[in-house]
Amino acid sequence: MKLSRKNGLRASAIGALVVSGVLVLSACGSDNNSEPTKKGGKTSAAASNIKCDDAKGQLLAAGSSAQKNAMDLWVKNFQAACAGVEVNYQGIGSGAGITKFNQGQVALAGSDSALKEEEVAASQKICKGGKGIDLPMVGGPIAIAYKLNGVDNLVLDAPTLAKIFDTKITKWNDQAIAKLNPGAKLPDSTIQPFHRSDESGTTQNLGKYLSTTAPADWKYDPKTKSWPAPNGQAANGNSGVATALKGAEGSIGYVELSYATANKLSTVSINTGASAPVPVNAETASKAIAAAKIKGTGNDLALSLDYTTKAEGAYPILLVTYEIACDKGNKADTLPTLKAFLNYTASEEGQKILSDAGYAPLPAEIAAKVREIVPTLS
Amino acid sequence: MATTTPETPDIGERRRPSTSTGRAGDRIFIGLSRGSGITLLVIMAAIAVFLTYRAAQAISQDSANFFTTFEWNPAGTPPVFGIAVLAFGTIVSSVIAMAIALPVAIGIALFISHYAPRKLAKPLAYVVDLLAAVPSIIYGLWGAIFLVPYLAGLNSWLDQYLGWTYIFDRSSDGLARNLFTVGILLAIMILPIITNVTREVFLQVPKMHEEAALALGATRWEVVRMAVLPFGRSGIISASMLGLGRALGETMAVAVVLSPSFLISGHLLDPGGGTFAQNIAAKFNEADGYGRDALIASGLVLFVITLLVNGAARMIIARRKEYSGANS
Repeated sequence: MKLSRKNGLRASAIGALVVSGVLVLSACGSDNNSEPTKKGGKTSAAASNIKCDDAKGQLLAAGSSAQKNAMDLWVKNFQAACAGVEVNYQGIGSGAGITKFNQGQVALAGSDSALKEEEVAASQKICKGGKGIDLPMVGGPIAIAYKLNGVDNLVLDAPTLAKIFDTKITKWNDQAIAKLNPGAKLPDSTIQPFHRSDESGTTQNLGKYLSTTAPADWKYDPKTKSWPAPNGQAANGNSGVATALKGAEGSIGYVELSYATANKLSTVSINTGASAPVPVNAETASKAIAAAKIKGTGNDLALSLDYTTKAEGAYPILLVTYEIACDKGNKADTLPTLKAFLNYTASEEGQKILSDAGYAPLPAEIAAKVREIVPTLS
Repeated sequence: MATTTPETPDIGERRRPSTSTGRAGDRIFIGLSRGSGITLLVIMAAIAVFLTYRAAQAISQDSANFFTTFEWNPAGTPPVFGIAVLAFGTIVSSVIAMAIALPVAIGIALFISHYAPRKLAKPLAYVVDLLAAVPSIIYGLWGAIFLVPYLAGLNSWLDQYLGWTYIFDRSSDGLARNLFTVGILLAIMILPIITNVTREVFLQVPKMHEEAALALGATRWEVVRMAVLPFGRSGIISASMLGLGRALGETMAVAVVLSPSFLISGHLLDPGGGTFAQNIAAKFNEADGYGRDALIASGLVLFVITLLVNGAARMIIARRKEYSGANS
């Protein structure tokens, strides 16, 4: 046994060397990134219009991993503009974010879906005299991505999509697909549908879309965050699905747009009933959010998306992620930072950078409402 | 056989002088160690009570049979969840891992301890130990990016030539994100621990036995078969139990590689199935309070299975104490 212990030690020493090497290197990397911060953001033109007001200290936030990339951008710019402010957003998932918010561990939660009634009730303990409210902030187009040699512009509609994901349509040259894609060379191969293996707001929103627009073909519970259909293959997270799609000929699945773009995956255009099939991008998704109705009351801006929209150029498969904060009873020491940060994210400038990161900016009307509410937080 | 028991009087001699010097220090030390022991037991009991309480709360509201249901939807109305698929997947993937890892590990251990030249044996032992130092998420990424596409060919081959065995019959083409691949990945991950322990045991084989066998004209393989393997049997068993324990609880690598679904299929090459740890990793982040209780309940079942495995290993080691490496 003595020998093995020595070996173990030596092995872990080598491992530790490698790890510390990586840490040193990555530490250098982050140092470089934060240099503009020290210069007060003068180097960055984007940071020039951010109002810091009384922002100071650390703002803790956690939640949806769907908006993590957008958050990273905002945080970077915000910290560059406001010296001495730190915003820490952990992309741990909507459910975990709301739990942390309701335990008072974070002042801001990100979520793929609006607060449920019982969650609002729980938030009243933390928000003294107030409650948690949903502020829509980021639109996330959900791309239907596929890999099929020789087919570039695949068009599908909701019933066909539902049947594919429910493995009722199993061949690429099926009549239903051929009818939507006249002229495309569809092979006689098996369709490999992929879905998320973890629970996710992306899955939930796709399910809502399918059960609203194709109720006859998608009979599963629309509220579930885990994939309800029994067949098909699964992978962990957006990145897992994207990797799987890339590696499997004849596969189809759903990922957030940024992952499809980053992995150079082909995406499906949706036949919504508008005159032309709608491709997925930030602009078409914003148009679909514009068709949404506000279902929240008072300062709560929870949206109810119109999945059946037939508006020209509106891409209906998307999710809206919210920032959740207390309308009253925010902690005094983080309130100025919270307001300044949300002011920035809801501003035209904050929204403008979203499309570069694969997200959809809020339509002007909804963004304006968010901007009205943020200053009233107390 | 090594039946000498020189340890017992040795320990007694060591104890006697320690009581005669520095009584105050002894009493403090006894108090401290007893205190830590009791604290540990209290903490363990508290954890057990907490887990059991949360699990009981979840199971009491489960509208289906916890042990036989093929579904996991604790957020539904009414909540439905069961562990049948998870238990099946956990055990099947671990058994595949054991079936692959055990012969290979014994082979490597024999090679290092009895066949390899010294110059090769040491570096080889280090390399095997290094395998244990790689974090499991790295194995997962390697598995998903390299192993899965690579194994697709093997899967097609198995399906074509061994499809008649039922377990290697595959219903459709696809990526190799199945329990078989998970088993292979787990086999690689548990290889170092099994190799390490068996190698140690093989090195403990009394030189006299081997030399006696050689003197009788045995070949090297006959020495291994007649002296080394019988002496090391209990060590091999306990080593494989340790490996099995690790395979049962592996989380991230399985979560990254497997394409889970709540179906039990005897066709190992079809995607599907799931394991306890993988299911917890996949569902925990988005689960609400009640969903977490349900996951804790499933974790408790895994805990009991692991406990049984470790208990079995302890029993086997205890029964054949004189052979274990501990007393030489």
